[in-house]
Amino acid sequence: MGALLQYIQSYLSSDKTPGAAGNFFWATVYILLVFLGLSVAVIAMNWLERKILAHMQVRLGPMRVGPHGLLQPIADAIKLLLKEDIMPAEADGLVFWTAPLIVVLAAFTVFVVVPFGPAHAITDMNIGILFMLGVSSLSVLGIVMAGWASNSHYPLMGALRSSAQMVSYEVAMGLAVVSVIIMTSLNDQGTGTLSMIGIVQSQMAQGEWFVFKFFPLGLIGFAIFAIAMVAETNRAPFDLPEAESELTAGFHTEYSGFRWSLFFLAEYSAMIAVSSIAVTLWLGGWLRPFPNWLHGATWDLIFSLVPGITFLLLGAITFFNVVRMPKHPLFKIQTIGLAGFGAVLGLIGLLLFLPPVRDRVGDIFWFSAKVAGFMYLYIWYRGTFPRYRFDQLMKVGWKVLLPTGLGLLILTAGVGMRTEIWKAIQGATQR
Amino acid sequence: MTDPKTLSPPSLETHVAAHDKTFLDANELVINMGPQHPATHGVLRVILRLDGEKVLGLECVIGYLHRGVEKIAENRTYTMFNPYVDRMDYVAAVSNGLGYCEAVEKLLSVEAPPRAQYIRVILTELNRIASHQLWLGTHALDIGAITPLFYTFRDREEILKIFEKYCGARLTTHAFRIGGLQYEAYDGFEKDVKDFVKFVRPKIDEYEELLTTNRIWVERTKKVGVISSKDCIALGVTGPVLRASGVKWDIRKALPYANYKNFDFEIPTGQNGDTYDRYIVRMIEMRQSLRIIEQAVGGIPEGPVMAKVPKVMKPPVGEVYHSIEAPKGELGYFIVSDGSTQPYRIRVRPPSFVNLQALDLMCRGQLVADVIAVIGTLDIVLGEVDR
Amino acid sequence: MNPPVATTFFFYLLAAIMLIGGVFVITRKNAVHSALALIATLLAQAGIYLMLYAPFVAGVQIILYAGGIMVLFLFVIMLISIERSLKERMLNRQWVVGGLAALALGALFISVYVKGKNLFPTPKVPVFETNNTQTVGNLLYGQYMFPFEIASLLLLVAIIGAVVMAKKRI
Repeated sequence: MGALLQYIQSYLSSDKTPGAAGNFFWATVYILLVFLGLSVAVIAMNWLERKILAHMQVRLGPMRVGPHGLLQPIADAIKLLLKEDIMPAEADGLVFWTAPLIVVLAAFTVFVVVPFGPAHAITDMNIGILFMLGVSSLSVLGIVMAGWASNSHYPLMGALRSSAQMVSYEVAMGLAVVSVIIMTSLNDQGTGTLSMIGIVQSQMAQGEWFVFKFFPLGLIGFAIFAIAMVAETNRAPFDLPEAESELTAGFHTEYSGFRWSLFFLAEYSAMIAVSSIAVTLWLGGWLRPFPNWLHGATWDLIFSLVPGITFLLLGAITFFNVVRMPKHPLFKIQTIGLAGFGAVLGLIGLLLFLPPVRDRVGDIFWFSAKVAGFMYLYIWYRGTFPRYRFDQLMKVGWKVLLPTGLGLLILTAGVGMRTEIWKAIQGATQR
Repeated sequence: MTDPKTLSPPSLETHVAAHDKTFLDANELVINMGPQHPATHGVLRVILRLDGEKVLGLECVIGYLHRGVEKIAENRTYTMFNPYVDRMDYVAAVSNGLGYCEAVEKLLSVEAPPRAQYIRVILTELNRIASHQLWLGTHALDIGAITPLFYTFRDREEILKIFEKYCGARLTTHAFRIGGLQYEAYDGFEKDVKDFVKFVRPKIDEYEELLTTNRIWVERTKKVGVISSKDCIALGVTGPVLRASGVKWDIRKALPYANYKNFDFEIPTGQNGDTYDRYIVRMIEMRQSLRIIEQAVGGIPEGPVMAKVPKVMKPPVGEVYHSIEAPKGELGYFIVSDGSTQPYRIRVRPPSFVNLQALDLMCRGQLVADVIAVIGTLDIVLGEVDR
Repeated sequence: MNPPVATTFFFYLLAAIMLIGGVFVITRKNAVHSALALIATLLAQAGIYLMLYAPFVAGVQIILYAGGIMVLFLFVIMLISIERSLKERMLNRQWVVGGLAALALGALFISVYVKGKNLFPTPKVPVFETNNTQTVGNLLYGQYMFPFEIASLLLLVAIIGAVVMAKKRI
């Protein structure tokens, strides 16, 4: 018993990830936490997308289930679970059944290496970024299988579009990623890293987020990735595989109930996954903003208070809305519920002010905040852009992003090696 | 005029033969779109022959909304049939009513009094804006921009409010009567219309801000669904589709009816005859309609709103064709009278039905996504196509 | 201390998946099922690479084969009519010859394994995991630069050939 306790406690003082420390107990805890957090994030994202999109479009969005529709995602989940699970008579049973599983597995597995902080990842792999790209590329298989197994024209066309699109944009995405990996190698040893934590640490060591590195090269790479990642996740304006005005619902037209909700879950967790890659590679991962400009112990303290303040602010906004609730007896329960929600947010905020919590949660907060920024962008795109046509999409991928990515790669390597190249030229001219 | 024979669209076989065949796309895919499809604007059924995603040809199957309006007319008196026309193009019910009332007035040789004419023009132009707004919202939605739909519906609501205040109905208004109007304009009608004009001008800019210079919108609509002016004329295509191909033809100017000749407005035309030009033409048309409304609302004369028409209408034996410029194109009514209280035959020339003929020609060689865009840009209403 | 990844259990598990997958690839009548079995085989192979402390090769295996090439395989298979291939017979008249050839090859392998045990190098201490990627990179761009470039040139030729074959009019 004592040994077990010691085994559990031994990790707490470590500054490694549970995977790297080889601590099975904490690895399991982390896996459960990430899984839970991801599910909550998908639920929250569902509600936020509907609300934000609604407000962009001069409407209110969900308002009925719970105060301001807060319980709407839960109602939706219950509805989806209770719905009849239909399989077309001519469908290929086994493939139809496995397709959503593959998509969900791929979408969740990538989170094994996502670094929420220097010690807050399930594990740190030597091939972290390669692992993420590889496993997330497996989700195409699920989509293709779903489209084919449905034995119907619209899903098949959706699947064809989707596979072509994802394979094409993976190339540009890979080139942008490689340019970052080149940037990580600009140190004394001259060796780069593929590890997600290593990439953030090298940004810390170089004192610069890779978006700003070799301006504007880092920015271009980031832009390529940011475009390609929207295409990878099949979201507007690249949502051709599920373009509802052309293909009804694309590859998941024939899916219903729980299996459809698995696709939904996978789509949103894939969005979070690619956003995490972008944050890790270009936006300094868990590092707080302005580390060079606003440094020193005072600023560190102020920035460490930001998470708590954010939650207090959210709580305050909630309470403001509690006051604005209609004063009708029928709204009593809703008002109390909203007040309770605000109180929970406020309490979380207060909890985040405690020094031990503050120190341990700061990384996670900054990482999540940056990812949340990307999530907002996704919603914003959806509210603004029309949809690309298929040939235009391919043109953008192969004729714009790919050449830009190749040029970027060469330039980044050249600028990174400029002193060596310069020396070589000098040596040649002297001889 | 072009000889229609020279224009007949290329037969499918020659088209396929001319097309660059590769070993992968030997399979042809036949896809049935509709009648329940989110983007066919009602119950249009389109059977597509595809080569991969390229359209080899298509066939429209219509009639899912057929109600036999023209046949019904033979069993109704002239007055009784008036509300039925609103149910054809239910998006532009006021225009339908105007066309019918004017046609019967022509048959009876009566003319609506000037005050009625002015109010008719105001309501018709308001309806044109409402129709174009609905078209813009759904067209943008088909192309994937979801937000304009909500903006246009918000502003269309203001027009419907004016209709509701005027005659009690919002969609199928039955606003006009043969010989004039049944209702005098309500108190504050002029103010409401003026307020609306002031309200909607910046809103039209707002729609344009979202779309006109949007890269994706331009790429999705330029060079899509191109139709030449020659083909338009030969197929009888009218309205904004014809004008976008460069033909300056608007019945309000060409064969003035109501009192359109009193107003100063321009007819926008395009050059390329593609979806983008049609979009621009319709956007300018909305602004021109606002101009007409502004002029009309400032000059409504005093006087009666109803001409002297007999209680029981028995037009003299004869026939009449009267057409107006509805939001979607030329809307014509051909009425044959046998001297009784009921028309012997009514034939409607609906713009949507005629314009829909061009769909096949416009979609050949384009992609599936373009078919959706072209259906949207033709601005068809199935109630009018099927009648 | 890291617990060893390369346990015997995992080896047998992955090997079994590979073998069963391989058998399914050739026995399934439905081409899509064959392709899916091939994907399972390739993924298990990636697992074997991981056990050999070659994570980079494993990652590349997943990205290129399972995520890229196999998707294109499926893409093409889905465009072909499945019904026709379902009706075709699995074995043609040459199966006797084929079986004999397979047996001969198997016997050759076994004889080489039995007789030439000493020819194989003794197993080395596995390369330390963290350096694997860098080692691969150094070898590719150092010692094996020339073969690497030749390979890329060959691929370029293949791409151009494919384009020329697919498109009559460029």
